[in-house]
Amino acid sequence: MDLKNLTLEEIAREIREGRLSSRDATEYYLERISSFDGAVNSYITVTEERAREEAAACDEEQARGKLKGPLHGVPVGLKDIFCTKGVRTTCGSRMLENFIPPYDSEVYRRLREAGAVLLGKQNMDEFAMGSSTETSYFGPTRNPHDLSRIPGGSSGGSAAAVAAGLSPTSVGTDTGGSIRQPAALCGVVGMKPTYGRVSRFGMVAFASSLDQAGPITTSVRDAAFLLGVISGHDPKDSTSVNVDVPDYLSFCGREVSGMTVGVPEEYFIEGMEEEVRKRVEEAVERLSSLGCRIERIRLPHTDYALACYYIVAPAEASSNLARYDGVKYGYRTESYEGLIDMYMKTRAEGFGSEVKRRIMLGTYALSAGYYEAFYGKALRVRSLIKRDFLKAFETVDVIVAPTSPTTAFGLGERLHDPLTMYLSDIFTIPVNLAGLPAISIPCGEDGKGLPVGVQIIGKHFREEEIFQVAFALESELGRARVVDPESTAGEGE
Amino acid sequence: MEYEAVIGLEVHAQLKTESKIFCGCSTRFGESPNRNTCPVCTGMPGVLPVLNRRVVDFAIKAALATNCTIQRRNVFARKNYYYPDLPKGYQISQYELPIATGGYVEIVVGGERKRIGITRIHMEEDAGKLVHEGEFEKAHHSLVDFNRAAVPLLEIVSEPDIRSPEEGGAYLRMLRDILVYLDICDGNMEEGSFRCDANVSVRPKGAKEFGTKTELKNMNSFRNVERALEYEIQRQIQVLREGGTVVQETRLFDANTGRTVSMRTKEEAHDYRYFPDPDLVPLEIDDEWVERVRKTLPELPLEKIDRFQKEYSLPLYDCQILCSSKNLADFFEEAVKLHPNPKGISNWIMAEVLRELNREKVDISETKLKPAHVASIVKLIDEGTISGKIGKSVFEEVYRTGESPEKIVEERGLVQVSDEAALEEIARKVLENHPKEVESYKKGKTGVIGFFVGQVMKETKGKANPKLVNEILRRLLSS
Repeated sequence: MDLKNLTLEEIAREIREGRLSSRDATEYYLERISSFDGAVNSYITVTEERAREEAAACDEEQARGKLKGPLHGVPVGLKDIFCTKGVRTTCGSRMLENFIPPYDSEVYRRLREAGAVLLGKQNMDEFAMGSSTETSYFGPTRNPHDLSRIPGGSSGGSAAAVAAGLSPTSVGTDTGGSIRQPAALCGVVGMKPTYGRVSRFGMVAFASSLDQAGPITTSVRDAAFLLGVISGHDPKDSTSVNVDVPDYLSFCGREVSGMTVGVPEEYFIEGMEEEVRKRVEEAVERLSSLGCRIERIRLPHTDYALACYYIVAPAEASSNLARYDGVKYGYRTESYEGLIDMYMKTRAEGFGSEVKRRIMLGTYALSAGYYEAFYGKALRVRSLIKRDFLKAFETVDVIVAPTSPTTAFGLGERLHDPLTMYLSDIFTIPVNLAGLPAISIPCGEDGKGLPVGVQIIGKHFREEEIFQVAFALESELGRARVVDPESTAGEGE
Repeated sequence: MEYEAVIGLEVHAQLKTESKIFCGCSTRFGESPNRNTCPVCTGMPGVLPVLNRRVVDFAIKAALATNCTIQRRNVFARKNYYYPDLPKGYQISQYELPIATGGYVEIVVGGERKRIGITRIHMEEDAGKLVHEGEFEKAHHSLVDFNRAAVPLLEIVSEPDIRSPEEGGAYLRMLRDILVYLDICDGNMEEGSFRCDANVSVRPKGAKEFGTKTELKNMNSFRNVERALEYEIQRQIQVLREGGTVVQETRLFDANTGRTVSMRTKEEAHDYRYFPDPDLVPLEIDDEWVERVRKTLPELPLEKIDRFQKEYSLPLYDCQILCSSKNLADFFEEAVKLHPNPKGISNWIMAEVLRELNREKVDISETKLKPAHVASIVKLIDEGTISGKIGKSVFEEVYRTGESPEKIVEERGLVQVSDEAALEEIARKVLENHPKEVESYKKGKTGVIGFFVGQVMKETKGKANPKLVNEILRRLLSS
């Protein structure tokens, strides 16, 4: 059976109804990984043996008439930021190159309980800091649509793997756009839920007040399906919110006529690619033709979002990453003279330059005498940005905007120009600062055949409305396309 | 010029909760290294803290017992610094919004009462412990034990209201007693479950301005706190008298030399980069929570001292000693219930009982001694059944064996001889055998009567009723 064009939901059904074994499904993906991942580099660790064992166990269990859960026997990939008991979890860093957690992240625990089979741990920017998956210690991931280009980041490994059919789905994390931006650049679906919707327990922290896990899939229904599995209150995470999880799938296919869609002026800026603007505007047109009322809105503090983010996120990161000191686990420098020398060498050698840059930024922003001018002010700006959205949501149901100002750029093009790199997330960052849910779905291609993504932002804990609109739009525009990386390599330009 | 000291104390009290402040690990002391640990308290990647609400209960207790205002909105902050015993590279503490502010503790010094203000109380986690291989300076490597990491602490900061080492000691002991009464801390300075740092400055007597302060650390007993304060106050006065200036710095107390030595100056002070911990949501404490805790508050040391003075008509000194430990106070009250002679029982506890407890360095609850034992001994003496002297030897045996005093008195035939005829017989013999002494008594050296009493007691192996012996001897000698 060729699974390439099947959705996660369909694979799950084929297995559940006995037409496909978990073993065959797993072998299918392992084989694709061995054929294509040399070029894509979407995995840091392929858990081949474990996947085969888990798949066999699922098949045996099913033969005895038992199903583990909604993902029974379904192979999945996971961003290498989620701790997996007994499987090394690197977070894309030399610091954790050999770290094998003695515990599972809550996201993975829920996937496992639902019956998922782990294919492996996917590549990412080091500690999720980056927008191109080039800062990974394990080498860059390439965009399956054009191997000379980046897949976006930081969940670039996950988005590329899903786009190339190297895993039918993945769970990524999004601190400033790290699910949505790579999903857009790889032409797949990426959903960042409301902050507090999915447990952060066991997910290596970058910026605690912004980090949120979410699905990367080839269809809106899959995103709804997977989010249903991983979301819900977790007592191990004090910031996870105890609100009911609706049946997201039941919102896919509901009428959108009569809904109000806000289109923010500030998200169609000077310097964004013309074709991105066109594709997004066309998507808005489609929604209009489906009976949505389109309302032009203002989010006046958008301009300050990037500056605000680059204070808040590095500040939290500088503290979150302090634990990597060579004392307890992870990398420790070979030779050192005393404690301070061990700290300095370990961190100098264990972290890459983007991580170090952000640790320095954050340390500075929190320093005595600067706290108020930087961190304190950033927190106030953050609440203004949130207020912009809340005000807009008084009149609109969802907000539609581009996900990224450009399509996938070339490998190495922005790596040494951090400011331009940071601009990649200009449309996604405000959503994290406000804690809102948002999805990115494909909305066509540019002239080079590179995917363009459109973002649908919803109200706090109203992911179902996002799925409702996204599904309607996907039905109009067509589902994400899974590509064989070789066949497209070198195209474009 | 005369100087006065200005002292503020910072106490870290380890809380007696079953589990740690942000994970479910046990807080039990003395386990093998790193046994009481989990991914959360060892700071593994991606783990998250969840607040133990018992810690909040305990903090509310401490706040109420020290007359503080409880803050309704609590925020935990990260205090960032690097040290191998600090697994996350930051300590979760409270900074801008501590749980309690603006209270006081009342102390008694030289019979006078004085209030020492409490600036704030906050909750935080303890760090682990480093074990150095060999001597610290020469150690090739160090080992880390995280058993203590994330054990809950209260930091209790006093106002600079303390004016002498004696007041400092009194405040510290009173605070310790309060926490022990509340059953939230075991108050053991030597084991480190109750630690104290001091801020000390001196100024010309009567001045309003504060002098430059130093911070004293490493004082691991009440006595050492007093010694360190004493030394540091004199040192600072000396510096000023010689025309110098006090440098703002942290100083370590050396218990061997009794001196304080400079550890780091203000310039070398850490920048902790405090910021609200995004992993913990603000904690709201409502009236209902506070009231629920208030109902569990026991009688506090000073309240008990007041009540003992009134109810048992005891001197203040007795009350302070008896109430220094809740167990001792309870012991006293139990005994008085059984034999209502408060002063008699108090005397026995303060002299005999405390001598044994201090000698063995144990709490009364750890001995075989029961309130009924002391009540019986005092009762036996009061009723003239045994003498005070016999009472002491009975007590020693009771303390050792836990047997009842009555049984010991009976088995060993210690009942006091109050048979007048028998005693007169013995007394006559004693006088006959000591004609010289009788002669000198008759010449007016009446003090020699003590010698005769002693001889009679000796003959009766201490069982004679001394009062009766006295009477008989006087009668015989004057006839």
